Amino acid sequence: MIKNIILAGVGGQGILTIASIIDLAAMHSGLNVKQAEVHGMSQRGGDVQSNLRISDEEIYSDLIPKGKADIILAMEPLEALRYVSYLQKDGIIITASAPFKNIPNYPDENQVLDTIKNSGFKHIIIDSNEIAQNLSERVLNVVIAGAVAPIIGIDSNVMKESVKELFAAKGEEIVAMNVKAFETGVEYNKKL
Amino acid sequence: MKESLLLGAEAVALGAIDAGISGVYAYPGTPSTEITEFIQKSKDAREKNIRSKWCCNEKTAYEAALGMSYAGKRAIICMKHVGLNACADPFMNSAITGVNGGLVLVVADDPSQHSSQNEQDSRYYGKFALLPLLEPSNQQEAYDCVQFGLDFSEKFRLPVILRLTTRLSHSRSIISKRKFHEQNAFNPQVERQRWVTLPAYAKKMYKALVDLQPALTTESENSPFLKVVEGTSKKAVIACGLAYNYVMEIRQSYNLDFSVLKISQYPLPNKQIAEFLEKYDDILIAEEGYPIVEEYLRGFSDNKKLRGKLDGALNRTGELNPDFMAVALGVKSQETAKTPELMVGRPPALCKGCSHRDTYEALNNVMADYTERHVFGDIGCYTLGALKPFEAITTTLDMGASITMAKGAADAGLHPSVAIIGDSTFTHSGMPGLLDAVNDKSKMVVIISDNSTTAMTGGQDSAGTSRLHLICEGLGVEKEHIRVMVPLKANLEKNMQILKEEIEYDGVSVILAQRECVQTAIRNKKKQQAK
Repeated sequence: MIKNIILAGVGGQGILTIASIIDLAAMHSGLNVKQAEVHGMSQRGGDVQSNLRISDEEIYSDLIPKGKADIILAMEPLEALRYVSYLQKDGIIITASAPFKNIPNYPDENQVLDTIKNSGFKHIIIDSNEIAQNLSERVLNVVIAGAVAPIIGIDSNVMKESVKELFAAKGEEIVAMNVKAFETGVEYNKKL
Repeated sequence: MKESLLLGAEAVALGAIDAGISGVYAYPGTPSTEITEFIQKSKDAREKNIRSKWCCNEKTAYEAALGMSYAGKRAIICMKHVGLNACADPFMNSAITGVNGGLVLVVADDPSQHSSQNEQDSRYYGKFALLPLLEPSNQQEAYDCVQFGLDFSEKFRLPVILRLTTRLSHSRSIISKRKFHEQNAFNPQVERQRWVTLPAYAKKMYKALVDLQPALTTESENSPFLKVVEGTSKKAVIACGLAYNYVMEIRQSYNLDFSVLKISQYPLPNKQIAEFLEKYDDILIAEEGYPIVEEYLRGFSDNKKLRGKLDGALNRTGELNPDFMAVALGVKSQETAKTPELMVGRPPALCKGCSHRDTYEALNNVMADYTERHVFGDIGCYTLGALKPFEAITTTLDMGASITMAKGAADAGLHPSVAIIGDSTFTHSGMPGLLDAVNDKSKMVVIISDNSTTAMTGGQDSAGTSRLHLICEGLGVEKEHIRVMVPLKANLEKNMQILKEEIEYDGVSVILAQRECVQTAIRNKKKQQAK
């Protein structure tokens, strides 16, 4: 088994938290992990991505070859589309719906969402506003982690434990909030 | 065996702690910063009293580490590839003096220039200095290479280079810890013939270094990091460091049966290379960085068996990846989804509320009144001031060059001659240039955009924080021409006035544009709340 996942977003949106949840769960499940991330200048408001690979066999490349990604996880829809050339035919796009507009030429946001819907790829679009209203904008990344949990090849409960482990230092309230966010994400996946 | 999930850079840091270093010396630089940060945050390192504060620059770092080695203790030095240029002098000469306690220089190259001015390959420095170099291909090897390198350094009494590249430094994987090595005893020795580089002594030491080379080659041939993967075809790949991963990825995915020689230690292992050249008809040389091994093996007569970066089999610039490697290994590329036409770029930008924004706005307004609009920039977040919407700076060369280039241009008659430099870059290598300008009474303005941190690499301590005024005074800048401004919207008019006045002053002016980095401010606020 190997799962290739591309995480995408804009610097500061918290894609590395999603990566940490999956990394930890994979390690606790005895799987191998490689996860390449972006640091430095390109972080400042620019597009950021992380290549995450988990497998029960040895993983060589830190980078995912084109056409070999199983999943794109994105914090915003334009960034999801940036990497579709990496997605394999049966791949899936999971993204938050709200655009992050810090560039003057951001395309029409409905067109961006339509492009995902008409891409021919399976997709889950998470309603960012709903999450912001019912939970908090800050846990959107954990909702996305939940939405991928049932199809990633790791026991969802192990992933949930990773969420608890990751936020443990921040107190019970924060842990509870993130667990709820994770479970909300799992529900989203069921609607697929 | 304890397992942890670490970046390549962090694996090096943990490896160093476990290998018994007594100090890490470094200046921040992507992709090397996380090594020192990991040690600074490590409880284990604190308990072991491992010295880990940031240094002013790579030269001070290198020399201090060598001093620690002189005193018998183990040390590592960390920097990005261009940092090695800044400390090339002590680096080259440390190959002559050699070391006492183990010394490993960790240098992180940045092919594809994700965050750098160039793609220089530090393996050339290894060859240049005649020093052994390790090039791990994965995170576990990165961890293991530190202990191995420090042992090796003490065995041969030479500094050892550990070369990382961005993709290894900034990629996470699971690593297993090895046995812990105690710190060395304090043990300085007077050995003038070794440590004093008078020509009479240094000639002997240089001869000894040259004589040692065959032994180093033998070590590479027996390196624990060398690997031969046997295949059945007449094709083979010689893969260096990280390139090995891409080669094996393609070999595994497509069930190819070529042989692979993995090289992770230099000087090159002559024996295995000779065997490969003899045995195989078609050999791809895969290396991350310059085609240094390829050039060496092709030689003057250009061996036609060889393929690589020089004949276009692999990309000459930019980092390698599994897609380039697949093509080089004859795998037909498959069709993948096309990037939608509506896609647009999202370049990095200065943060919302960043002080550099207000400084550039004031500066641009003032410069608009002049026909010659040249601003000499430097290395940091503020380099982004070259891009829209500001397009404020017209040069960026290397750390500290804003001041010296502005000085030279002023000497040539440029007015206004304006330099803009960050606080950390100023104390890294801007200060001597300012002294030159003071001594020549050059008509120029130096704006020190002081956000009290080394912001671009993630907010490390800046060496001159709260002392910049005193430093400029000490360098001889006249007190009345060291002006302080707070770059805020509300102060725009006032700040423009200060800039105008100092641009027209016939001598050296320094303007300290002081406001905390917004990112650091957010982090500090969070820390406060947590308390």
